[in-house]
Amino acid sequence: MDIAVNILLTIATAATPLLVAAIGELVVERSGVLNLGVEGMMIMGAVAGFGAGYLTGSPWLGLLAAVLVGALFSLLFAVMTLSLATNQVATGLSLTLLGLGLSGMMGTGFVGLPGERLPNLYIPFLTDLPVVGRLVFGQDPVFYISIALIAGVAWFLFRTRTGLTLRSIGDSHTSAHALGIHVLRYRYLAVLFGGACAGLAGGQLSLVYTPQWVENMTAGRGWIALALVVFASWRPWRGPAGGYIFGAGRNGQLHAQAFGIPVPSQFLSSLPYLATIAVLVLISRNKRLTMMNTPAALGQPFVPDR
Amino acid sequence: MRVELVKRPQRSALFSALSPFIAFALTMAAGAILFLLLGINPISAFYTYFISPISEVWQLHELTIKAAPLILIAVGLAVCYRANIWNIGAEGQLIMGAIVGSAIPVMFPAFESPIVLPLCLLLGMLGGAAYAAIPAVLKARFNTNEILTSLMLVYVAQLFLDWMVRGPWRDPQGHGFPQTVMFNDSATLPALFPVAGRANWGFVFALVAALAVWILMTRLLRGFEVRVLGSSPRAGRFAGFNFNRMVFFTFMLSGALAGLAGISEVTGAINQLQPTISPGYGFTAIIVAFLGRLNPLGIVAAGLVLALTYLGGEAAQTALGISDKVARVFQGMLLFFVLGCDTLIHYRIRFVGLGAKARGESEAVPAAKLEEVH
Amino acid sequence: MKKLLIALMTTVAGLSMAATAQAQEKLKACWVYVGPIGDFGYSYQHDQGRLDVEKAFGDKVETAYLENVAEGPDAERAFERLARENCKIIFGTSFGFMDPMVKVAKRFPDVKFEHATGYKTADNLAVYNARFYEGRYVMGQIAAKMSKKGLAGYIVSFPIPEVVMGINSFMLGAQSINPDFKLKIVWVNSWFDPGKEADAAKALFDQGADIITQHTDSTAPLQVAEERGLLGFGQSSDMIKFAPKAQLTSNTDDWGPYYVERVQAVLDGTWKTGNVWLGIKDGAVVLSPYTNMPDDVKKMAEETEAKIAGGWNPFTGPVDKQDGTPWLKDGEVADDETLLGMNFYVKGIDDKLPQ
Repeated sequence: MDIAVNILLTIATAATPLLVAAIGELVVERSGVLNLGVEGMMIMGAVAGFGAGYLTGSPWLGLLAAVLVGALFSLLFAVMTLSLATNQVATGLSLTLLGLGLSGMMGTGFVGLPGERLPNLYIPFLTDLPVVGRLVFGQDPVFYISIALIAGVAWFLFRTRTGLTLRSIGDSHTSAHALGIHVLRYRYLAVLFGGACAGLAGGQLSLVYTPQWVENMTAGRGWIALALVVFASWRPWRGPAGGYIFGAGRNGQLHAQAFGIPVPSQFLSSLPYLATIAVLVLISRNKRLTMMNTPAALGQPFVPDR
Repeated sequence: MRVELVKRPQRSALFSALSPFIAFALTMAAGAILFLLLGINPISAFYTYFISPISEVWQLHELTIKAAPLILIAVGLAVCYRANIWNIGAEGQLIMGAIVGSAIPVMFPAFESPIVLPLCLLLGMLGGAAYAAIPAVLKARFNTNEILTSLMLVYVAQLFLDWMVRGPWRDPQGHGFPQTVMFNDSATLPALFPVAGRANWGFVFALVAALAVWILMTRLLRGFEVRVLGSSPRAGRFAGFNFNRMVFFTFMLSGALAGLAGISEVTGAINQLQPTISPGYGFTAIIVAFLGRLNPLGIVAAGLVLALTYLGGEAAQTALGISDKVARVFQGMLLFFVLGCDTLIHYRIRFVGLGAKARGESEAVPAAKLEEVH
Repeated sequence: MKKLLIALMTTVAGLSMAATAQAQEKLKACWVYVGPIGDFGYSYQHDQGRLDVEKAFGDKVETAYLENVAEGPDAERAFERLARENCKIIFGTSFGFMDPMVKVAKRFPDVKFEHATGYKTADNLAVYNARFYEGRYVMGQIAAKMSKKGLAGYIVSFPIPEVVMGINSFMLGAQSINPDFKLKIVWVNSWFDPGKEADAAKALFDQGADIITQHTDSTAPLQVAEERGLLGFGQSSDMIKFAPKAQLTSNTDDWGPYYVERVQAVLDGTWKTGNVWLGIKDGAVVLSPYTNMPDDVKKMAEETEAKIAGGWNPFTGPVDKQDGTPWLKDGEVADDETLLGMNFYVKGIDDKLPQ
């Protein structure tokens, strides 16, 4: 039983940064903006989180810094794509290049230093319960934040007026604008939220998952997060499902190896990617449902006309 | 004060030509600040970064080697993106092209004949196209989003290459190291001017591909079809164009070009397969495609500029001790300024005082779509 | 606050490696790294060696390096560039740089090239490597002493001879203490992905291992061991700061002495090509201080280390291959050629070597 709990905990820790970054990007894309700079914002969050945590000695301040720096970095993207109407795909990719370089520059002094780790939740009695105790009451704070974020975003997008407005902008910014909605203002806020989430995900990496700073430590997780948004068909609750499938696939292959299954590790390593494709093929066969959820204006610049 | 964009009735020819220079000037200004902060003389930094790589013959050769795969891939991707089809898995197609194209020299290392190289290149293109056909099939048949599938297949291709060079295709005389046998001479892409440097035929392929795609897009019906379906799928359907066929066409064209880039790298510069054959060309090429405004001829220029920033970054590292990170930050800055200045081609910038809040409630003009951004 | 200042200062110092005035008579020594020097692992250790050269020669030598150089055409350009920029000796630190270095060395006969972990030499191209397996034998012995379950987990990157050699040496060390010792092996297919390495460590612990060792670069697995109150070994650099209660020792690379020696040779005009394989006795493989173990285990480790430094080879017979066929007869020592191309496991390892 203990081993099952441990495996679930490992998967949760591995999936959390993917989920957090994905839920942020989901809001961005729902507003009709495609930000391919997730990897860049994430790595900026990671270096800021580690740095602030190390310098102040408080991992909480580190997490806060990660969120702020992620948002600040996404502002650059927002100004470019929203105010200057630059191409979103190219700008997002450039943001990733810039983030990888800038984080390396900022982190030069942090290499080889042990960082602060955010403590896991501990509630006497509850956390000590068998099985559910550690799963429900004993995880790291970002895990709980990720659940809250997903629930919050689901509620916001589908149960609030503002959420409806945001979605309508993503479907047609021209009609939204005609109705007198400040398209760019919404999009600015959405992009900043996406940046904050990506920063938080980076902070989870350098403050919880592997408390240290090393260059390129995101190792492609931003890209997986982007894929998860598509996988989720832009619906918040499908994100965690995808994240956990992916995490389980990755973890399962490590266990299979430790168990001694004689299959080349490269094949096992590619399973999570293939599984994600397979599941997406299954769920996207219903064309109408997919179309309904895909923001129609995704990736198209909008400039208000006077 | 607020900044507002006002759409020009037509793209400005003046700023089309001028914007790269404005971007360059802004990059210089911002770069000067960056370098001063780091205690580096900006003048020598700029010289090393932009001038030294094109002031020596050998570096010009290197420039073409670096630019060739970027241009080849970006030209193919531009066709996809014009059709509003999102292939971001060119890296995987490059790798698969390289693997399939290497089949003959790896499996029959002793087979030497003038037909080997053409066969390699052809197989490379087929390999890339076939791998690109997977997301195309999934999209056409099952409506699966191609962004996700093409991206995921990149990782699968990387792992497959890794397995091939460590397992079945490992050089038996290679001391157990992960690499195939060296290709024989008849499977080697010849250098253009062997005396002067390493530049090989890959760059010629890139130029030919750019020209061919330019003709396709501007002179042929198929190119018109791409543009129509890309800007308005519905209009395309009325005109009798088949969207699914377009998915296959664009994916396989870009896959074939990425595969050609891969096999050209392997036969031209590396001469064997190894676990890493591309430093992310397939992803960088996406930036090149957009920097070139999705225009094949613009892409040639963009590919050369981006290659220059890589070479310049290396020169700056060795000559001035600027770290690789600073070089990348500078590269990022340049990209942002270039993208930002391109705005001037389609929009006028207007500075609005705080008081002026009056908003036109009139009908909104449809936003600029990708179609109009070229 | 003081912490803040120090960190800021080191950051600034790291950033502003301003161009040093180029004196005429300086010898230029150059390095090409495959990863970022900020990996705190393989490339970091080589760069520490470069810094040792700067320290040792002061004004007489200037250094330059290129980091994050991809294997392939980028590598060839990197070496060509350094050769043209008057580097007199160039160190390439990744196996994948071999053929690019061979090509460039041919074009620049006056420049000395040094390639780490390769096997092709030329008049101006030497190869050097470190016998990391020596340290791993000691670690295997410690693991067998310290593991309560007789089961260790091994996190590995890629199946190349270097790595296989390490696994075998570790196992032989462990078997010398506990003949029934077991090993679980997980390949992560990456030299560097802290998250994946951490997950692999967790999986190994979950499956019953109580000690882990790794042939990947990050500190993540040790941090997991620390969290779980279990034990592990460091890799490349001393990782004790990351796992003060978990690290038993670390198998570190110290390239400094070799680099200083070779640069000195160029200064003296005595540089010759060669093929050296440095070990514990040369100070290239250094086991960091033994910690978190009882005194008798520590004493045993020190004795083994001394024995290896005295010239004893961990691959000394009798040793059988995994399938039971004899490999080394009693007292027979494996030759370097076989070790450098090693692609089989020794007896007692359950895993199947990926082929």
